[in-house]
Amino acid sequence: MNIPLKDYTGAKIGMWLFIFTEMLLFGGMFLLYSVYRSMHPQDFHNAAEGLSVMIGVINTIVLITSSLTMAISISATKKGDKNLSTTFLALTILLGLVFLANKYFEWGDKFHHGIYPDSAELLKHGSGEVLFYGLYFVMTGFHGLHVLIGVILLSVMLILIINGKISREDYIKLENSGLYWHLVDIIWIFIFPLFYLIT
Amino acid sequence: MNALSYRTYIVVWLGLVAFTILTVIAAGIDIGRLNVIVPLLIAAIKTILVLSFFMHLKYESWNLKIMLGVTVVILTIIIGFTFLDISFR
Repeated sequence: MNIPLKDYTGAKIGMWLFIFTEMLLFGGMFLLYSVYRSMHPQDFHNAAEGLSVMIGVINTIVLITSSLTMAISISATKKGDKNLSTTFLALTILLGLVFLANKYFEWGDKFHHGIYPDSAELLKHGSGEVLFYGLYFVMTGFHGLHVLIGVILLSVMLILIINGKISREDYIKLENSGLYWHLVDIIWIFIFPLFYLIT
Repeated sequence: MNALSYRTYIVVWLGLVAFTILTVIAAGIDIGRLNVIVPLLIAAIKTILVLSFFMHLKYESWNLKIMLGVTVVILTIIIGFTFLDISFR
């Protein structure tokens, strides 16, 4: 019998290397945010007042909970419990969609008030506020894009579990997708205080 | 491969929720410069929780931990040196 070669350690290191590049990508944006904040403290303070802490808190809880359901789904796969695994993976995908829906309403509200990059309304404000909202849209946008990619990735994984391609014997794809999902959670853990809490 | 118990994950999740509530409460109190430091400290603690348990880093080999350490050091150097630059211009 021909047994396909599986290199779990290699696959996992590859995923982590990708995660490191993502950390540096978002790290660069966090750096930009910190420098501009130190240059325009008053403008950043005024601009941050315009964001709803409540929406930020709800989305934080949603993402943290989705990380929990993701971890449970992987554990269930390792224990060979397919029903629990698919249920919790579906829950994770659902929570990802809830996050994106919240983001849609939050951005929609800002657009409604004429706040979007290069809008006439925004350009009336101080240059620091323009920078704050520029960074807000770029960083939450990039993060939202990651959530969207995660949702698509996890949906593919869900199909693979149902088809038996991911199982107790072979779960590295699910585990690596989980690592990606948790990374997206970690990035939000920093975006949340920086944009919503520190004023 | 070890599969962590569901109980462990739920305890970690409760910790993450508790820290989220704590950081929101702390943001409502005026503590001067600490208003910037405390939320970042809490974010760092939450990150360590996610990395250690959800991402299993606690149970991984040393080479992965060292690789993460190198990334964190690089980020610290980039951020630290940029601030040295803009502070002394």
